[in-house]
Amino acid sequence: MKGLLKSMGVTLSAFTRKPVTREYPETHKQLPERDRAFPILLWDHGMNEPFCTGCHACERACPVECMTVLMKDNPNHKSQGGESSRRKIIDKFWIDYGRCMRCNICVEVCNFDAIAMNNTWQGHEKSVYDRSDLVQELPQLLAVHRSGELKPWVVP
Amino acid sequence: MATQVHPDHEFDVQDLMINMGPQHPSTHGVFRMVLVVDGEIVRDVVPYIGYMHRGGEKLAETMDYRQGIGWMDRTEYLAQFNAELSYVMAVEALAELQVPDRAQWIRMILCELNRILSHFMFTGAFGTDVGVFGTAFTYSFREREVIQDLFEEITGDRMMYAYFRPGGLAWEVPDNFVPRVREVLKSVRQGIKDMNGLLTDNEVFRARTVGVGAISAADATDWGCTGPVLRSTGVPLDLRRTEPYLKYDEIDFDVITGTTGDVFERFTCRIGEMWESIRIVEQCLERLEPGPIMPDRMPRMLRTPPGEIYMRTEAPRGEYGIYLVSKGGNRPHRLKIRSSCFANLQALRDMTIGSYVADAVVILGSLDIVLGEVDR
Ligand code: SF4
Ligand code: SF4
Repeated sequence: MKGLLKSMGVTLSAFTRKPVTREYPETHKQLPERDRAFPILLWDHGMNEPFCTGCHACERACPVECMTVLMKDNPNHKSQGGESSRRKIIDKFWIDYGRCMRCNICVEVCNFDAIAMNNTWQGHEKSVYDRSDLVQELPQLLAVHRSGELKPWVVP
Repeated sequence: MATQVHPDHEFDVQDLMINMGPQHPSTHGVFRMVLVVDGEIVRDVVPYIGYMHRGGEKLAETMDYRQGIGWMDRTEYLAQFNAELSYVMAVEALAELQVPDRAQWIRMILCELNRILSHFMFTGAFGTDVGVFGTAFTYSFREREVIQDLFEEITGDRMMYAYFRPGGLAWEVPDNFVPRVREVLKSVRQGIKDMNGLLTDNEVFRARTVGVGAISAADATDWGCTGPVLRSTGVPLDLRRTEPYLKYDEIDFDVITGTTGDVFERFTCRIGEMWESIRIVEQCLERLEPGPIMPDRMPRMLRTPPGEIYMRTEAPRGEYGIYLVSKGGNRPHRLKIRSSCFANLQALRDMTIGSYVADAVVILGSLDIVLGEVDR
């Protein structure tokens, strides 16, 4: 009987504590700055083009082979009369978020700091009706950083 | 299923076969048990495993050493740091890498916190098996969430951390790491007290667990049990003590053992281990000093010389071993995971035969199996 009363006491004391739960869709918990949702590409605001040069390093290092990278000559390169120093630039980029296991390896191997993990709630709330909608294309991948929504992130 | 003539009656009685699982709420994952029962008494148990087999050991052969870490998380998804640790330590031993002190201390802190997290998960799920439906589960998950939030701040992910690397750590911990860990420990202490008060002295809980599913030390050793399942029978086998890795030889802690090896002692052993883990983390925090977290010269692509190694560490459920064969190059030639749950689960038949049907669930819960690790 004593043990039972002790258990009741624990339950009662929990009743007086502040609740730790949140009403999720209405309130979101604050995400840490190194939160790893899904990889996105970064936008070079100074040059008005992506940082990514399409070097394929991340594509080769990805454990689940969910990235596809196509590179092209940069029309904005100095030799073409532009002002960018990037000779090559990304043409098309797909990441299949349905396959990505969010391991951060692509961020680690990129030599141009062109890719980062999305640390906003948009990166987590990705439910779609069709699996193929999870394949992200270049404009979608660039949108989060281009619009300035990405929080300061940690470069590992 | 033998047909037998019941001594008191003039009719034939037959053992009944009950199918539990593979998707039964109390089987802790996709695990199927066939119980042969005579009235309320279990006469035989046939466990079926493999529903979650993902070919992980073969898969790891196709991944280089960095990619394999993410895979280790997915085998043991309640003690990810411990699983990663075995793997990276195996690679380090093959490649003869020297891990800096700071990385070793941080690894120890994270592994012990992960042990507490995993044991919280156990107490909650076990409470549900015993019949404390919901209460124990939500309370232990509340505390588990505190630890998980800390891990999320450090590694960026809630479950699949992929944070250890051969040679050290992927990146530095946040600046407020030490005060945050102390904060978490404070909350965890209260949480363990709560679980203790809720379950350990509760008469109903004791009636369900004391003397149930006992196994002798000799049998447990024969079945290859490790971890709390073995220690609750009185065998003080703890790899942190018997084969110290990382810095466990410089740390003062007790190996918690039981005597009878029943379900109740498996529970109290784990509670005791949580207190010991707190002690270990506190000592690690004292010894933590600034410094590098990776060796100075790390190649871009880690390659190992040909050779083979078996590296085992003490995960929350017992010995988690990695047998790794390398033929040179950047990926394992063969990888074998020695899973603690797989071995512990084999003793289920011995423990369950002769007990009541209702106790079968309790005994299964007390083994604290993770099906991802059993099936790989
Ligand atoms: S994201 Fe980085 S690694 Fe990947 S293709 Fe672009 S520049 Fe290369
Ligand atoms: S996070 Fe990992 S799985 Fe996802 S795209 Fe990058 S390398 Fe591939």
